[in-house]
Amino acid sequence: MPDKRDVTLAVNGKTYAVSIEPRRSLADVLRDDCGLTGTHLGCEHGVCGACTVLVNDKPVRSCLMFGVQAEGKVVRTVEGLADGDTLHPLQQAFWENHGLQCGFCTPGFLMLAAGALQENPDMSDDDIKDVLSSNLCRCTGYQNIVKAVRLAAREMRARTRA
Amino acid sequence: MNWIGRRLPRLEDPALLKGGGSYVADRASKAAAVCFVRSPVARGTIVDIEIPSDGIIFTGRDLVDVKPIRPILHRPDYVAIGQPVLPVDRVSFCGQAIAVVVADDPALAEDVAEQVFVDIDVADAIIDFEAALALDATPVHPDAASNVLVEGRMRTQGLDKAFADAAEIVTLDVRSHRQSAAPMENRGGLAEYDAASGRVTLTASVQMPHMLRTGIADTLGMPESDLRVIAPDVGGGFGQKMSLFPEYVVLVWLARKLKRSVAWIEDRRENLLASAHGRDQAFSLRGAFAGDGRLLGLDADLRSNIGAFSCYPVTCGVEPLMAFAELPGPYDFAEYGVRSRGVTTNTCMMAPYRGVSRPTLTFSMERMMDVAAKRLGIDAAEIRRRNLIKTFPHRSPTGLVYDEGSYLQAMEVALDAADLPAFRERQAAMRERGQYLGVGLSVFSERTGYGTPAYAARGMEIVPGYEIVDCSMDPSGDVVLRIGSSPHGQGLKTSLAQLVSDELGIEPQRIRIISGDTDATPYGWGTFASRSMVIAGGASKLAAGKVAVKLKTIAATLMETSPDNIELKDGWARVSHSNQAMEIGALARAAYHQSHRFKGLLPGLHESAVYDPGGTFSNACHVAMVEVDIETGGVRIERFLVAEDAGVLINPMIVDGQITGGVAQGIANALFEEIVYDDTGNLLTASFADYLPPTAAEIPEIEIMHMETVSPESVTKAKGVGEGGAIGAPAAIVNAICDALSPFGIELFELPATPQRIREALRRAGVATYA
Amino acid sequence: MKAAAFDYLRPASLGEALALLATHKDDCKILAGGQSLVPAMNFRLARPAILIDINDLDELDHLRADAGQLKIGALTRHAAFHRPVVEGPLGTLLAKVVRHIAHYPIRQRGTFAGSLSHADPASEWCLVATTLRAEMVAKSARGERVIAASDFFHGTFTTALEPDEILAEIRLPIMTPDWRVGFYEFSRRAGDFALGMAVAAAKVEDGTIREARLGVGGVGDRAIRLGALEDQLVGTPASSDVIDSIDRIAREARGMIEPSGDIHASPEYRRDLIAASVKRALTEALA
Repeated sequence: MPDKRDVTLAVNGKTYAVSIEPRRSLADVLRDDCGLTGTHLGCEHGVCGACTVLVNDKPVRSCLMFGVQAEGKVVRTVEGLADGDTLHPLQQAFWENHGLQCGFCTPGFLMLAAGALQENPDMSDDDIKDVLSSNLCRCTGYQNIVKAVRLAAREMRARTRA
Repeated sequence: MNWIGRRLPRLEDPALLKGGGSYVADRASKAAAVCFVRSPVARGTIVDIEIPSDGIIFTGRDLVDVKPIRPILHRPDYVAIGQPVLPVDRVSFCGQAIAVVVADDPALAEDVAEQVFVDIDVADAIIDFEAALALDATPVHPDAASNVLVEGRMRTQGLDKAFADAAEIVTLDVRSHRQSAAPMENRGGLAEYDAASGRVTLTASVQMPHMLRTGIADTLGMPESDLRVIAPDVGGGFGQKMSLFPEYVVLVWLARKLKRSVAWIEDRRENLLASAHGRDQAFSLRGAFAGDGRLLGLDADLRSNIGAFSCYPVTCGVEPLMAFAELPGPYDFAEYGVRSRGVTTNTCMMAPYRGVSRPTLTFSMERMMDVAAKRLGIDAAEIRRRNLIKTFPHRSPTGLVYDEGSYLQAMEVALDAADLPAFRERQAAMRERGQYLGVGLSVFSERTGYGTPAYAARGMEIVPGYEIVDCSMDPSGDVVLRIGSSPHGQGLKTSLAQLVSDELGIEPQRIRIISGDTDATPYGWGTFASRSMVIAGGASKLAAGKVAVKLKTIAATLMETSPDNIELKDGWARVSHSNQAMEIGALARAAYHQSHRFKGLLPGLHESAVYDPGGTFSNACHVAMVEVDIETGGVRIERFLVAEDAGVLINPMIVDGQITGGVAQGIANALFEEIVYDDTGNLLTASFADYLPPTAAEIPEIEIMHMETVSPESVTKAKGVGEGGAIGAPAAIVNAICDALSPFGIELFELPATPQRIREALRRAGVATYA
Repeated sequence: MKAAAFDYLRPASLGEALALLATHKDDCKILAGGQSLVPAMNFRLARPAILIDINDLDELDHLRADAGQLKIGALTRHAAFHRPVVEGPLGTLLAKVVRHIAHYPIRQRGTFAGSLSHADPASEWCLVATTLRAEMVAKSARGERVIAASDFFHGTFTTALEPDEILAEIRLPIMTPDWRVGFYEFSRRAGDFALGMAVAAAKVEDGTIREARLGVGGVGDRAIRLGALEDQLVGTPASSDVIDSIDRIAREARGMIEPSGDIHASPEYRRDLIAASVKRALTEALA
């Protein structure tokens, strides 16, 4: 059995102490060691984006980071997006605009959009489409995802002003 | 309030949005990990498999008692081929599982799998299916006389005359390259062994849980009652997750052998290499046209590469026989000759993929119409007007009966919305500036929601088609619907809840739908072939209708009126033309707790219904507007319009979602995705860096219009809509590309029309990029 | 698709990192962004025995203009270039190019220096570095050396870096405001590696091109600077008749490359793409 390392992760405001092999991806650590299975694995080579999570507020592929690298970082996954029972504006917009079908890619898209909007709440429609081209969806044909993110961005800007 | 026709946000979504979905991998972390050792070569004899001394490893020799997967068609032209779950003597395609490793976690399982050394005496593989058809080709399967495993033929009597009478004969050779459905969630299974009962529960990412149970039980020779199959949340399927794959048989075998829980979560490389492919077809068409553009007759030679094995249960006949039967599509002509062959090669198995043969056959027919129109000097829309089916029911040359549709109207609606005159003006102006715009049409029929007669006609030993639904209202008035269908992302639970709501007069939120668990649902066929809304929907409506009749009888008894006077709506049973009403919950309680008061009624509210329809044809017209960059071969889709007739829309939002998603896969088919093997059968597209599903940047906004032809062939009045988007888009896009390139006389007949292929055609036409 | 086992080291200083590199040499790989390395590891195409994670090394995390050069530290992520990092044409060019590098989340982790060290022939930054004549600062326990871009790239995935060296900094000459720049890339999907691309830059004084830079990528085993065509541009008036020159240069460019073929592009198609890319990059810069 290869050596394991004791690592402490901060995920969605909670602390997880895990003992993991260095080769274990952050995605596998989140899913199998932290029990946060909302982060999905679709390709494990960084193309599909189903595993996208926020690390220090930046959306990253959790299949391309090792769990040991997340020590000392702040990780946010789809499970940390809603405020209790209140859906995040992105989740609400995905729901209302049919931005998901099978739901497998959805957590990755939500975290991608959440991170990008955090960096730039005023993204243009073109910017939004460019950012969303980062992840693959096989069900929706994307247009409702694009629409949902546009509407959520508007809603989030309105709330910030209010 | 009526629920049918409303854009109700899906009941499925809140959990999926919060990371609360439960896919098979989410349940697998406690189980031992399974990894398959796969063949690195396409064809050869297994000389030896050296396995490391430490590790749990099994090979085909350990599974000799397991029967091969051997689907049957009862046709004289069908050759049944067995697929060993793990082969003992020979390998038949690159990626075929040849040994299985069990370890504590997936990384360790891969470590062990790397230590398994397989000595294979490599033979020349047959990859190209045209080569496989050569008379002197070595059979891929030694027990088959040739590489043709299924062949459909027919020829109407007047075909020769049609060609003799023709003013114009259009000949074309169409090639559709191989694709993968590539659902975002790969395959995967978790087999859990229950020591107390000896039963195994297989949780798997599948579309047909009951069929999987039967198939595995037959293969392993175990009672079906010892196996429970669960399809949890499934991350897309598109047909790829229909078939019985060897991996699932091995998982159940392992759980029983080791008496422990084991899980295999497929990775993307395996999915592209060894799951299932589709669309690898070559069609040669000859169309006999009258001078006025009418199609008099069609003669077709259709070849489908079915890969190394026949998929269970639909068999390798699924592509060739659908092409055989449905090639005539939306066009009204009588004379038809066809030879359609399924050809085996040393490549990954072909299985259904959204649309099955119809993207290729629609592409073929629609290219033919455009070529004929140009030759005859008729407008592309006009030649279709002259040939589309206009009277119903229509009987095709192959005997298919089309119910009422709107082939012509759908095209006119789409053309109006596209504003072709304005487009042609802009096209001409931009051509002056060296920019090439084009518009393309695609009109097609989509046979959907067909029951047992359609499958029986294919000679299938296993004849799918019907659906059974159990509908129970509990004493509080809430409903549980147990369905044999097995949705995997389509939002079927929401749509069914809307249907049942209108039958029973209660809100959709009070209807719970149970699917994908063979212990908890009636035997059913799952979700595929654009069938669930029609068939599971029909059975749901019928079952709920029976409960409604009972509720009305109870209400009539309690309110001393006739059942005909009762209306179920908004949670209440109301007596017409009076103020009298009772809550449906109170009626339900009475049905269970006061059953002695209702003479002639059985206690409770539990009904079952079966629906097995003949089938119904949806139809649509797609219009694509593209710009082709003649220097790079790049294609930008400017607009994409769909006029769709799927009958009555239960939830228009969900229907639109099916269309946009289908069109995106059609665009992928038209421009991007291609599975490529080298000459030795080695896969060159084993990652998403080389196999290219399009992103949000490549997919335009899809403009959708609806026709709603009410069909008597569907009790819900809904027609299927799952595949149409994927079926129509490739033809519309390539027709548009050819229209854009018409100044150069370029006609393309190959899918996908990659930038490289477009440039090649331009180069042949003498259009250089600064050469 | 799980990586083979490795030992993970996370030095706290550059000195410590260089000592580790000196000890482990070919057995180890440097982990910065990991956006190319980790996919290769997941496929088990790369299986380093040791990973040296340099993400904690603040001395490598810098990006500054200094003495006419843009100095890009080894930990500078692609995303840093989303907005112009220096005033003038260079910042504009880098902001344009970065949009073509993979996708937004990849750009948050992947580094400029990592791209150069990885030396994928279709990498945008390798093309930029080659064309704009970057200098690479390699550090090792033995010391520091500066390598010219023309000497740095040896071929597909190979560079002048020794096993004990780290590419600590890249220096790009900052262009004065009289430079004009252009970039064009053709790829199958948004964010895919280039099938063909070109960078063009020209210093225009009094309506005449005084200096030029022209390079192409996505062909052959490394990015190529088209020096002979740069020379042809010098002295050309940057007016409307430059269009004819651009067409001629695009034609000549296709003859100066020897592309290889793969499933996405045959050699002949790649020549088409290079000619079109050169034309478009130059047109953007000059027309």
